[in-house]
Amino acid sequence: MVEHRRWNDILAYAILILGVFIVVFPVYVALIASTHDAATVVNGNMPMLPGSHTLENYYRAIFVGGSRASREPVGHMLMNSFVMAMGIALGKIVISILSAYAVVYFRFPFRQTAFWIIFVTLMLPVEVRIYPTYKVIADLKMLDTYAGLILPLIASATGTLLFRQFFMTIPDELLEASRIDGAGPFRFFKDTLLPLSVTTMAALFVIQFIYGWNQYLWPLLITTQESMQTIVTGIKKMLTTTDELAEWQLAMATAILAMLPPVAVVVFMQRLFVRGLVETEK
Amino acid sequence: MEKTAVFKGKFLPYLLLVPQLVITLVFFYWPASQAVWQSFLREDAFGLNSEFIGLENYQALLAQPEYYKSMVTTLVFSSLVAALSLSIALLFATQADKNLKAAPTFKVMMIWPYAVAPAVAGVLWLFIFHPSLGTMARPLRLMGFNWNPMLNGNHAMALVVMAAVWKQIAYNFLFFLAGLQAIPRSVLEAGAIDGAGPYRRFWTITFPLLSPTTFFLLVVNVVYVFFDTFGIIDAVTGGGPAGATTTMVYKVYADGRLGGDLGGSAAQSVILMVIVIALTAIQFRYVERKVQY
Amino acid sequence: MANVSLRNVRKTYPGGFEAIKGIDFEIGDGQFCVLVGPSGCGKSTLLRMVAGLETVTSGEVDIGGRVVNEIEPADRDIAMVFQNYALYPHMSVYNNMAYGLRNRGMPKPEIDTRVREAAQTLELAGMLDRKPRQLSGGQRQRVAMGRAIVRQPKVFLFDEPLSNLDAKLRVAMRVEIRKLQRRLKTTSIYVTHDQLEAMTLADILVVMNGGQVEQIGSPLDIYRKPATTFVASFIGAPPMNLIRLSGDEIRAQFAGDSRSAAETGILGVRPEDLAISSEATADGGITLNLTVEAIERVGAETFVYGTRARAEKAVSATPGELPEGEVIVRIPGQDAPAIGASIRATAPRDKLHLFSADGRNRIDI
Repeated sequence: MVEHRRWNDILAYAILILGVFIVVFPVYVALIASTHDAATVVNGNMPMLPGSHTLENYYRAIFVGGSRASREPVGHMLMNSFVMAMGIALGKIVISILSAYAVVYFRFPFRQTAFWIIFVTLMLPVEVRIYPTYKVIADLKMLDTYAGLILPLIASATGTLLFRQFFMTIPDELLEASRIDGAGPFRFFKDTLLPLSVTTMAALFVIQFIYGWNQYLWPLLITTQESMQTIVTGIKKMLTTTDELAEWQLAMATAILAMLPPVAVVVFMQRLFVRGLVETEK
Repeated sequence: MEKTAVFKGKFLPYLLLVPQLVITLVFFYWPASQAVWQSFLREDAFGLNSEFIGLENYQALLAQPEYYKSMVTTLVFSSLVAALSLSIALLFATQADKNLKAAPTFKVMMIWPYAVAPAVAGVLWLFIFHPSLGTMARPLRLMGFNWNPMLNGNHAMALVVMAAVWKQIAYNFLFFLAGLQAIPRSVLEAGAIDGAGPYRRFWTITFPLLSPTTFFLLVVNVVYVFFDTFGIIDAVTGGGPAGATTTMVYKVYADGRLGGDLGGSAAQSVILMVIVIALTAIQFRYVERKVQY
Repeated sequence: MANVSLRNVRKTYPGGFEAIKGIDFEIGDGQFCVLVGPSGCGKSTLLRMVAGLETVTSGEVDIGGRVVNEIEPADRDIAMVFQNYALYPHMSVYNNMAYGLRNRGMPKPEIDTRVREAAQTLELAGMLDRKPRQLSGGQRQRVAMGRAIVRQPKVFLFDEPLSNLDAKLRVAMRVEIRKLQRRLKTTSIYVTHDQLEAMTLADILVVMNGGQVEQIGSPLDIYRKPATTFVASFIGAPPMNLIRLSGDEIRAQFAGDSRSAAETGILGVRPEDLAISSEATADGGITLNLTVEAIERVGAETFVYGTRARAEKAVSATPGELPEGEVIVRIPGQDAPAIGASIRATAPRDKLHLFSADGRNRIDI
């Protein structure tokens, strides 16, 4: 509309800049804290400009770990987080594209039952069944393993529903043309369905990678060895040294490192991220 | 909706379903049913003996004042987070929707906190508002405000709410912006021709047309507060002080782990399951209705 | 090359709906057969049964002397062009055409020869590396054709292949398809709801309605001697005027004809067979007194819409066709009577069609 265009725009910009400020502020403070030495950070009057201990802090965090409590080096935690996030994202893509293919492109007894068995998992996040799940993992001797970190978190229907929804949009004629061209279920999947699903897979990957990377409660519970710790759970443990002064500058460096991969994924794959987010929530 | 063109195949479909079904049965149905079963048992601290005690765990739970307190805490926490994050996100989304050239840039800058882990978000906010070393604690104290989330329950609640809202704005912003952009310009133009000013247009045209998005987000936000905020609470307050930030989900964790009361924790899990299923059912009914539009 | 025979073919869906109610006909080697009918008449279902995409409930589908009811589409030696083309969106034009050949294990050099040859024929040679979305509608249509040609199948199946093109392109492609089929001499079955397409393409025309065949024959035979009122109004545009007559009127009109003893009947006369004349016909034809209601000039010809005078009210059109009492007259040129004028339209006796009262049978005059 034409009315008060100038005023409107100025106001809109002001509000949005305020919004960006709110969003950026905590991260900026963390970034600054990660460049000062311990004494500067804890005195309660930290400057709002970068200090000179950047390299030292990040070097210590990544390769040595918080020295006083002899923690695990963050480099190793990053690796664990990466394996877990990749495992969850890829594992979920694989199992759900297969099950969606079965449910959409085949007719067989108990098809609806199978679909509902998968579908119901939408309703209960891992948080409400943590201890029994913990027990299952313990019984299966999967504590402190990547499998134990990954498998319970891919037992959900979101991926299956997403692929099912996508498959429904593929015209039937494409399958019919394939059949006339002599392609069976395996060839159709490999030559047609997989190439067409690339974007959907990528969108699901982005969402699941972030989901996996950001897991907290589950890894907290089933990792007892420090060598299996993920970065998100590691930060908290850096701060629970009640006796000594926690090393905040290292914790903040770790927080920055923990944010970097998933934030990079959102920023650089924005379109896929938005698509994944919108479609998994339908 | 069903495909009409399908493959024949007797064994292949089952083979394709096996990985997902096995994982779902082993890591979902087995533990979920264990939770239900355990809620009827009393187990000793070492898990060696257990006896069936019927509804005793539930009775014990419902006799606990702490349990009601956690319910109230959850309610307060959810309402605050949902109300604040929705209205702030709506404000930002309406501004970004004004066809500004910079809207795409603002969009990226607004949505990335979605990718920050709740526990990490908690740590960031804890650092800023830490009573002794936080950047914001000093100005607050200078203003004569005795800020201490470590001791004051309301302060602790305010802090976790801030962290939770900060993280959730991104998600709400994204969906509100999409909802706003889906409203046809012509409807708003018709409103303008009918003499409605921008403010009036928003409340009489935009907001009602946005209500499906708002309702959807409301449900999603409540589910978010229930579960995803665990990391924030554990990182910022550990449920304290004196249980002031112990939500129902946090209590499941705390009672089972710290207290070792597995039966009581399982009973709480079952109650939570019922609540989540109810929420999901509401969401589905709404989705179904939306389909009919 | 092959004959295609359908022997008492039926299709009943699980819900009990009978889509095809027993169809018999044979298409000779190299013939171009067109299935035409309104939407929902079962023409596409029948084609898909020949392709093997729908199961046959009963009866036999025979391609080249082999009953193929239980044979997979890929093994029937047919190729199909779909309405939406069904091109593989992620494959280049080349791969779209080569895919079926590769799946059959054909040696690479031969695939290459065939694809390039087809591309040459269809003027796609410069586009082999493009993806379908980079092509225009007409080009996509040609790729779909190419995919069928390279296979060198016994039978081509076309499922409304031109309906997604604009009018001009549709005419051009129609001619192309016909030329191509003449040259390749491949038996073809072509489904369309467009009667003009059907008339111009077919060697044999099969008019279908409600899961049944209404009439089979050469296009001109069907035009000249429609077997039912359905065929009469479906083939030809604008449709044949159908006028319900009482027994008396029939006896008066067709006096001396032994077969006109029926109680009532339906008289048909094509708009192009009517002429505006100053005097009544004498030779046993009909004369209709009309008041002009509307005029449509399309350049080379003009359509005159008239209603019959009140005195003729006993004569009424069949339901679902023209409004009661309305008649279309098609005259050459642009000269037309004024609206509101009273005119006299006449047709000679040999241009009249007579059908039984239910419209299901043609009565020879």
